[in-house]
Amino acid sequence: MDALFGSNAVEIQNSSRTNPYDSIIMEYFNAFIKAIFIENMIFAYFLGMCSYLAVSKSVKTAVGLGMAVIFVLGFTVPINYLIENYLMKAGALSWLGPQYASLDLSFLSFIMFIAVVASFTQLVEMSVEKFSPALYASLGIFLPLIAVNCSILGGALFMQERQFSNVGMATIFAFGSGFGWALAIIALAAIREKLRYSNVPPALRGLGISFIVTGLMAIAFMSFMGITI
Amino acid sequence: MFSKKNLKLITDPFNDSNPITVQILGICSALAITVQLKQAVIMALSVTVVTGFSNLVLSMIRNYVPNRIRIIVQLVIVAALVILVDQMLKAYVYDVSKQLSVFVGLIITNCIVMGRIEAFALANKPWPSFVDGIGNGLGYGLILVTIGVIRELTGSGKLWGIQIVPDAFYAAGYVNNGLMILPPMALITVGCIIWFQRSRNTKLIEN
Repeated sequence: MDALFGSNAVEIQNSSRTNPYDSIIMEYFNAFIKAIFIENMIFAYFLGMCSYLAVSKSVKTAVGLGMAVIFVLGFTVPINYLIENYLMKAGALSWLGPQYASLDLSFLSFIMFIAVVASFTQLVEMSVEKFSPALYASLGIFLPLIAVNCSILGGALFMQERQFSNVGMATIFAFGSGFGWALAIIALAAIREKLRYSNVPPALRGLGISFIVTGLMAIAFMSFMGITI
Repeated sequence: MFSKKNLKLITDPFNDSNPITVQILGICSALAITVQLKQAVIMALSVTVVTGFSNLVLSMIRNYVPNRIRIIVQLVIVAALVILVDQMLKAYVYDVSKQLSVFVGLIITNCIVMGRIEAFALANKPWPSFVDGIGNGLGYGLILVTIGVIRELTGSGKLWGIQIVPDAFYAAGYVNNGLMILPPMALITVGCIIWFQRSRNTKLIEN
């Protein structure tokens, strides 16, 4: 992987001679594609598998849950990025004054991230219920499920581990991961709708075949590995 | 203390109500950290500790928590327990803690923890809840260790980092199956375990 990033950096430098904004746009676009296909939340890290397997029986509900995940992931990761960098990290509190520069609150980050995710979903659920009953009918039932979806907290933890350079990159990563997750669940739901008409061995029906199908899809997604734009 | 009913709470998760293969809980981490046996065992122990104690604590306060805010209360208590486990891992087995990376933090949203709290601890007394949590953690650990053994043995010919497949095999032309180390094979291994379990225990078959 390091070799890939290296060659990519050279490409970015070359293109920056023509237009100074090209390199930034390409960097963002590259990060977006990477989050969707190469580092797909489901196929590469298995995050959010529980709701992925439980809610993929029909395409319609899969689309609803996918949208809800994109939305919540896209907003909570930037919020957590700001909290991590201006409150939690070693020396992050130095903007308050020099005497706070030695504080390191990073051991509290789990509890902070999950509090942000849980309260954000609660807030969104309440405001959607009040202002848009139609949207609530299609999206609302999924929001409580999302507070305990591994991919949301996983997004925040990956953000912490990878040390993104600015909040823009974190946002792009979050939306990309959300799209990747939605893509995966919609694809599995479509396959499972067709599987109803095929003759699966009795012991594999339901859960077993879903696992094996996901495994084969993950092998297909591995062919994206190493792609840079 | 260990009456017949309580013993059943421990033994059931090993077969009829296994959290991974039957209840579909806690799959995320089961797949991601089973490349090596050592990681799988440490992860299983961490999850067992968290499920046991979160069930115990939440069962004790179950009559005092208002229903509307119970999810946030549960998450905060589980997160506090996971922070304790994480700090312990960092202090005593730092290298494994680095390899597990984000998956220690993800015990918070591991469906087993929340699932057992919602399904059992909120309706039962503290001691049975604690036993139920430990039992489910161990049932989860059983599957984790099985997958870990299969993947490490076939993928790199080792167990717990010690070489098992003798050199003579390699000299005779045996090659490690590199595919087993890659993420997709974890899914297919779990699929096969489910297949095996359900063909022996036919009442678990779905229609």
